[in-house]
Amino acid sequence: MNEVARKPIGRFVPLVVFALMVAFFVVGLVWNQSHDARFVPSPLINKPAPDFRLPRLDRPTDFVTRADLLGKPYLLNVFASWCFACGDEHPVLMAYRDKFGIPLIGYDYKDTPHDAQAWLQRHGDPYHEVITDQSGDTAINFGVYGAPETYLIDAQGIIRYKHIGPLTPDVIAKELEPKIRALEQGT
Amino acid sequence: MKRLLAIAILAFALTLSTAAFAIDPLPFQNTAQRDRFQHLTRELRCMVCQDESLLASNADFAKQLRRQIFDMMQQGKSDQEIKDWLVARYSTFILYDPPLAPSTIALWFGTPAILLAGGIVVAVVLRRRARPAHAIAEEPGEDW
Amino acid sequence: MNPELGQIALILALLLSGLQCVLPIVGAWRGSKPLMATAPMLAVGQGVFVALAFGILMWSFWINDFSVAYVAQNSNLDLPWFYKLSAVWGAHEGSLLLWMLILNLWTVALVAVLGNRLPQAFFARVVGVLGFVAFGFLLYMITTSNPFLRLFPVPANGADLNPVLQDPGLVFHPPTLYMGYVGFSVAFAFAIAALLGGELKSTWVRWARPWTNVAWGFLTLGIVAGSAWAYYELGWGGWWFWDPVENASFMPWLIGAALIHAQAITDKRDGLRAWTLLLSIFGFAFSLLGTFLVRSGLLTSVHAFAFAPSRGIFILVYLAVVIGGSLLLYALRAPKVTGGKSFALASRETLMVIGNLMLTVACAMVLLGTLYPLVGEALNIGRISVGPPYFGPLFMILMTPLVLALPFGPLSHWGKADLKVWTRALVRIVALAVAAGIIGFVLGARTFLELLGITASVWVMAGVAMFALKRWREAPRGKRYPFEMLGMMLAHFGIGVFIAGAILTRSMSVEQDVSMKPGSNVQVGSYDFHFNGVTDTPGPNYHAQQGTVIVSRNGRQVVVLHPQKRTYAGGQVQTEAAIQAGVFRDLYVSLGDPIGDDAWSLRVYDKPFVRWIWGGGVLMMLGGFAVVLDRRFRLKKVREPEAAGTQPDTGAPRKLAEGQT
Repeated sequence: MNEVARKPIGRFVPLVVFALMVAFFVVGLVWNQSHDARFVPSPLINKPAPDFRLPRLDRPTDFVTRADLLGKPYLLNVFASWCFACGDEHPVLMAYRDKFGIPLIGYDYKDTPHDAQAWLQRHGDPYHEVITDQSGDTAINFGVYGAPETYLIDAQGIIRYKHIGPLTPDVIAKELEPKIRALEQGT
Repeated sequence: MKRLLAIAILAFALTLSTAAFAIDPLPFQNTAQRDRFQHLTRELRCMVCQDESLLASNADFAKQLRRQIFDMMQQGKSDQEIKDWLVARYSTFILYDPPLAPSTIALWFGTPAILLAGGIVVAVVLRRRARPAHAIAEEPGEDW
Repeated sequence: MNPELGQIALILALLLSGLQCVLPIVGAWRGSKPLMATAPMLAVGQGVFVALAFGILMWSFWINDFSVAYVAQNSNLDLPWFYKLSAVWGAHEGSLLLWMLILNLWTVALVAVLGNRLPQAFFARVVGVLGFVAFGFLLYMITTSNPFLRLFPVPANGADLNPVLQDPGLVFHPPTLYMGYVGFSVAFAFAIAALLGGELKSTWVRWARPWTNVAWGFLTLGIVAGSAWAYYELGWGGWWFWDPVENASFMPWLIGAALIHAQAITDKRDGLRAWTLLLSIFGFAFSLLGTFLVRSGLLTSVHAFAFAPSRGIFILVYLAVVIGGSLLLYALRAPKVTGGKSFALASRETLMVIGNLMLTVACAMVLLGTLYPLVGEALNIGRISVGPPYFGPLFMILMTPLVLALPFGPLSHWGKADLKVWTRALVRIVALAVAAGIIGFVLGARTFLELLGITASVWVMAGVAMFALKRWREAPRGKRYPFEMLGMMLAHFGIGVFIAGAILTRSMSVEQDVSMKPGSNVQVGSYDFHFNGVTDTPGPNYHAQQGTVIVSRNGRQVVVLHPQKRTYAGGQVQTEAAIQAGVFRDLYVSLGDPIGDDAWSLRVYDKPFVRWIWGGGVLMMLGGFAVVLDRRFRLKKVREPEAAGTQPDTGAPRKLAEGQT
């Protein structure tokens, strides 16, 4: 039997497809090193922050609304006393609260005011103001699905940036600060 | 999450898990509404558990969204309205049924394309290789 | 026994596997009989050392040697003995060791069964390829996943095995699944040996077939066991979720099913030779790919896995070398397409090729859906979820032509089918399926899905029944159902059973979450569930709260169920559903949380036909196993000179390959 005929080019198709897949996996692995799969980009970026009306932690009869905060950019930091990662993030917030150049507003998520106050007393209070969302219903409108999360909201009430997970000096320097500076230059 | 973990040893390994699955009695008006709710939440992803549906998850997040969805159903919202509402907040990542969009064209048309390509190859090969039936001799004996 | 001995045993096994990969292949290449003769010895030697390492790890679990980090992480003084032993494969390192042990089992079995029956050079190449596979895995274990690492200081007690895994499912599921995964390495080794040796004939396919069937049978069993385990242990009442890890085991299954049929064509008709080679490579490639996807954390890194990048990279390199090398070899050396016996368009060959196409495309679909979220992320086009609503319908669409054609494959002749037989069968099968649909309708099936499930299932089963009848009438007594055919009939019938189970469970299940106070009732389907409250029950290494639920129908008590909620030593909570299993329905209760005022939340299911899903799977498995017993696959010792010309001719011409005997 004479089988030493020419090698059909089709025989290389599986190899080529496989090579492409491996290349793709390499990209994927590299990508995986630099990203945390938990972080889902928010669809609310560059959209108006949702309306809210939430009580202040220190004066529960006082309500803060979205309209109250319009006029200058601010950071909204979602935290809770039950949240471990928030404990990791806390010293960073303490260190950076005055360096941000814009108000840092605490958003106490699914927490009792009592626990939150005790937590802030124990660790220190980095926030210029804290609002509380005990039910977590308003947080859904923000697309919150875990704590900590941080939103940068501009003077017009548009969400410009969102970070999921603890803020670190690295994230602040590389992502958050440039965004804040950009907003300041814009206004 | 717990589910994912247990299945994990299917193909290799696992770690610790503590969560239990969700048992969440909601006061449905009737069976039809309950079925609709189960069908809808089964096709939504629990964002914090990554590989569990909203229906199955016991995470706080899932519980709260189930309650929201339940409330919206009571308000007479359609499945599509509820999905749109969720997508506006959590992006299409929450849908296990990815909608057709520029980014999912390859996903939805990939399989038909592969089938078409495979089908053409098979058709060509069969056409080239198959003989007319009358040209094939009956083979005596065991046909197995 | 000293855990360091285990470490040494692994290193020795690695050395032997290196030799096993080089010496026999060089021997086959140079025609050196002494070198080729090392193959069985090296394979057995490697197997002994891996078994020794495995035994030492198991012993460390048995004697609670918490100085071994792996034992400390996955066991506990209070763990029942059978979970202590199965905890060996309860996490990454040990499951790799199990993988290795099973690879050695397959290799040693190969040596025992075929060692002196195959042409020596071919056999040497097969063993050499398996040695290469083993070398990679052993290197991977030793460099990234050593199970024998010590822990200082030695903890007084272990952290305990994950409660989800404290279940008979752990004892059976991983070993059977790996038997399947790793079993595909045999078909792979045969194919690569054939390519390396430049086999001109496809005789090797007949030698490979029983091994492929057994591997596929085990894979089926492993998947069934996993599905059943998830069903009762995880309390969500589902049996398949199309999640990446499940898909990882399903893809090689689909390829394996295609390969079994392709091998049959090559064996009997000498056709599809290149395709059979390719599928043999793919089957093992998907086993490795599954390992890579799960181990690398690419798809499941989230929360769950302590993801070590080096592991992912190692497997990727391994995958690239093993499969890339194989495909290159294929591209360079695969035989020409032509050849094989001629066939008409209407023939069994055509139907089987179409079946192969659909199975392969289904595998591609699963691969695409499983990887697509990754594509979305890597290309930065947003995160995408691909779940059951994608896989389910597409899979059903792809399987429809296959299911429709399935009864006609066996009813057709090789070469050319008798169209009259087709028409006659078609009329009868349609009649039976429609009749079944009508009976179903009368019995209360109303939805499209229910009627579809009944007719599709009967369609397949009627096809098998008609084939059985035809053989009964036409074949001579005693030769009616050879084992190979019996295997086909079992597996095909199993598909019919599975279809009924999968579709009817989906459309007829009733699931309800309820809050119940002791003494209250809830009606689910036609059953009445009466809740009698919760009592505390101690267990060996957990404390359980146990509910009592009395199920009755029309006032008659059916069963008393005791769902549990267990709290383990480590504080992990695990729910144990109580299930009344039945042929036609499962009644399923799991216990939630106390929700105040004495009330508890409970989940109650009525799941008709759910057992048929696994029943169908078990039939498929039995089909795979039955094939092995066929006389066709019995080989005489061919290396004895007088045996060469005296082979019993059972079917297609069998000539033993090339001249090195």
